[in-house]
Amino acid sequence: MVKRDESSELLRELVAHLRQNRTQLREEWVGRISETRLLTAMTKEEIFAEATSVYDSYVEALETETFEALQAYARNLSERIIPRGVETHEVVGIVLLLRDVLARSLFAKYQTDFKKLNRILDAYEPAANRIANTVAVGFVQERERVIRQQQEAIRELSTPVLQVRERLLILPIIGVIDPQRARQLTEQLLRGIRTNRAKVVVIDITGVAAMDVTVANHLVQTVEASRLLGATVIVTGLSPEIAQTLVTIGVDLGKMNTVGDLQGGIEQAERLLGYKVMALAETS
Amino acid sequence: MEVPILKQGQVLIATFQAALSDADLNQLRSALVQQVVRFRSRAVIVDVTAMDVMDSFASRTLREIAHMIRLRGAETVIVGIQPEVAFAMVQLGLTLEGVATALDLEEGLAYLNQKFKIMK
Repeated sequence: MVKRDESSELLRELVAHLRQNRTQLREEWVGRISETRLLTAMTKEEIFAEATSVYDSYVEALETETFEALQAYARNLSERIIPRGVETHEVVGIVLLLRDVLARSLFAKYQTDFKKLNRILDAYEPAANRIANTVAVGFVQERERVIRQQQEAIRELSTPVLQVRERLLILPIIGVIDPQRARQLTEQLLRGIRTNRAKVVVIDITGVAAMDVTVANHLVQTVEASRLLGATVIVTGLSPEIAQTLVTIGVDLGKMNTVGDLQGGIEQAERLLGYKVMALAETS
Repeated sequence: MEVPILKQGQVLIATFQAALSDADLNQLRSALVQQVVRFRSRAVIVDVTAMDVMDSFASRTLREIAHMIRLRGAETVIVGIQPEVAFAMVQLGLTLEGVATALDLEEGLAYLNQKFKIMK
């Protein structure tokens, strides 16, 4: 208990020191930031403005020993600077720079009293490390949130079911298919067959480089489920790797109708539906 | 609850209700197999639109009906399987292989019409 009291006593002294030398220390910090070429995406004025608020939040976190306010500030800051391309190493870098600048000022202040300096550092270091940690974690969490949001958006955009002719749907698939996306594809396709009263569906997987056994099985099941709804499925654009996977899992090729490319698939679908497409004779 | 069997030209139509017991299914199977020859029908349409779940017994019975009717000289079309039911069936390995399927009754009749020219 005594030790704890002493530690907060020291932190109070430290905070008073940091408040007194606010202007000078802040300038030194900003100088170090531009020296090390961090935050190049921001202008000097912006860096100075952000540095002021970071400095004040930093001192406040040292004073109150609570990190919620700092956490909220870190998240807010991240939200603003992530779209401008600020990287994780830069954020961690500037917080560590601030820690070093402040530590240096402590060395300068207590250089005559080595014991006191040690005690001050004992109080300062854990708090400072925790601040650095909080800011870095806040930044990374914010980034992950942005990434999740984008993934969600991509997922929603990524499964169009399009009608190209009466009773003919195409489902172009591009990118990596994970089990979740595969499930979504199936749901949308089966619902699309019902609402558009489709008889033939062309699934084009030209844009899919590879798929694992689970997803390949899922594709086969989708083909079979579509047949139960009375629709014929034509799969087009199988890459050699995917063909290999399908052969490995032992797909019954009688059930699966495959054509080399999307054009061939659509042509075959038109034949199944009884369409005949021909060029208009040139009017001379 | 007994499933009614309607005669429409050369086609027999049986419409499933939501909840059918195993006994009802067995009864339907024997009734269909008998009537298909008695009425000299070319085809049988089984409409399952009302079924939002299909257990393994029901889909096995459907397949048996189709195969028995083929042996009796006619064709079966299963119509109106719901999307969710279709995928659940496939995941259980019940793919009704060798049985014709269509989106709904209209499609099923159109399919038979094209195949047999029965509805002139």
